Amino acid sequence: MIRIQGACSVNHQSLFSGLDLTLAKGKWTCLLGSSGVGKSTLLRLLAGLPTGAEFSGVITGAPEHVAYMAQQDLLMPWLNVQENVLLGPRLRGEPGHLERAQALLEQVGLGGFEQRPVSQLSGGQRQRVALARTLMEDRELVLLDEPFGALDARTRSQMQELTADCLYGRTVLLVTHDPAEAARMGESIYLMTAQGVESIPAMQGPPPQAFDKPELLKLQTQLLHRLRGDTLKGGVN
Amino acid sequence: MNRPLYAILVTLVLLLSWQSIVWLTGVPRYILPSPQRVLETLWSQRNLITEHALITLLEVVLGLILGVLLGVVTAVTIAYSRLARIWLRPMLLISQALPVFALAPLLTLWFGYGLTSKVMMALLIIFFPVTSALFDGLMRTPTAYIDLAKTMGASRWSLMFRIRFPAALPNLASGIRLAAVYAPIGAVIGEWVGSSQGLGYLMLLANGRVKTDLMFASMLVLAALSVGLYFLIDASLRRMLRY
Repeated sequence: MIRIQGACSVNHQSLFSGLDLTLAKGKWTCLLGSSGVGKSTLLRLLAGLPTGAEFSGVITGAPEHVAYMAQQDLLMPWLNVQENVLLGPRLRGEPGHLERAQALLEQVGLGGFEQRPVSQLSGGQRQRVALARTLMEDRELVLLDEPFGALDARTRSQMQELTADCLYGRTVLLVTHDPAEAARMGESIYLMTAQGVESIPAMQGPPPQAFDKPELLKLQTQLLHRLRGDTLKGGVN
Repeated sequence: MNRPLYAILVTLVLLLSWQSIVWLTGVPRYILPSPQRVLETLWSQRNLITEHALITLLEVVLGLILGVLLGVVTAVTIAYSRLARIWLRPMLLISQALPVFALAPLLTLWFGYGLTSKVMMALLIIFFPVTSALFDGLMRTPTAYIDLAKTMGASRWSLMFRIRFPAALPNLASGIRLAAVYAPIGAVIGEWVGSSQGLGYLMLLANGRVKTDLMFASMLVLAALSVGLYFLIDASLRRMLRY
């Protein structure tokens, strides 16, 4: 279990405070919020990346190394598909891992694409390569920063399924601004607004939920209302 | 209309206007020789011109290779180390504030009338564009690339050579393209200041003896050499950097 407690400020202006977020081991946690509320800052804190913000608090149980996947696929244009999957080992100067890269590419449905230049891939294919690269890191904690945000609806839903499948058993934090995605993927959901962070009951069972479940659609609507601040003002139209 | 055809047409129009100016004004041929006369000289003096052109070409190519190498090493060093940045950047700027023309006599004094001083001139003139183009590229690696590499546990060294440098290669390529245009200028300046060989020398010699047609012919070859070199380098860079 990983727990983050504390407050964060940028230039003495509070970004969020009173945060208490728990990531259950081996489960998907979704952090839902609009742009600019500090979701990514939180994720970067966990990843050990510079945030430009001041954090006062404690993070317990976080592993030293994490796997990180962002909205941009961040494929290196000068490397081919296979070399991109092997980016981590390349950067650490570890040779080999070819068979594993091969297996991962097949797992994400890109067997036979090893030698392709990444410029020839579609948006969905590129994000699959990014997923394989993330899996290559083989970390216990996986941080996803709106990884499906740039994809079209069909590709997005397929990527959600594939990612859930590939990351089964790992601790995942998914940051998203999409209530539908949070509802579908979260085994626990946190809503982050300017007022603070609150926990919201999520669907039962491992993700992804079937996207046509009535309860899912209801949760999704509820999340959108909360995101808009409708319930806080007491009026739901 | 396609581009080569267009270029040929433009050249023809230019040649034609040049020829008509000579016809219409009746300007003496030691002031402005007709294109026809220049071409005749080019042909009759082809051995002489080729001999000098090869010298200039050698100076330019050597200057380019050395200048690019030195530029790459400098750019990577100052991008990698803050200390190097503090020390070397002002020196770089000062070196650019001094006009290369002013350095030419000094270089001739130090490195003699031979090949070395011209190679040094070409090197000096291209060193800055290459360094600054690559340095800019190295300092502008997309932050997201760096973040990703950091979460993967990349060292500073591998971040430089496996992410920042390859990401900056398109910038280096533009630096090299500029260098290809500047290098012949450097070599010719060097030849003007002191030499017994090369197209720059031949041009000065021809000018001094009022052999204006020979001067024009040399100039033509020099221009063709520079343009040819540029397109060759541009094409190979394109081939190498498909992204």
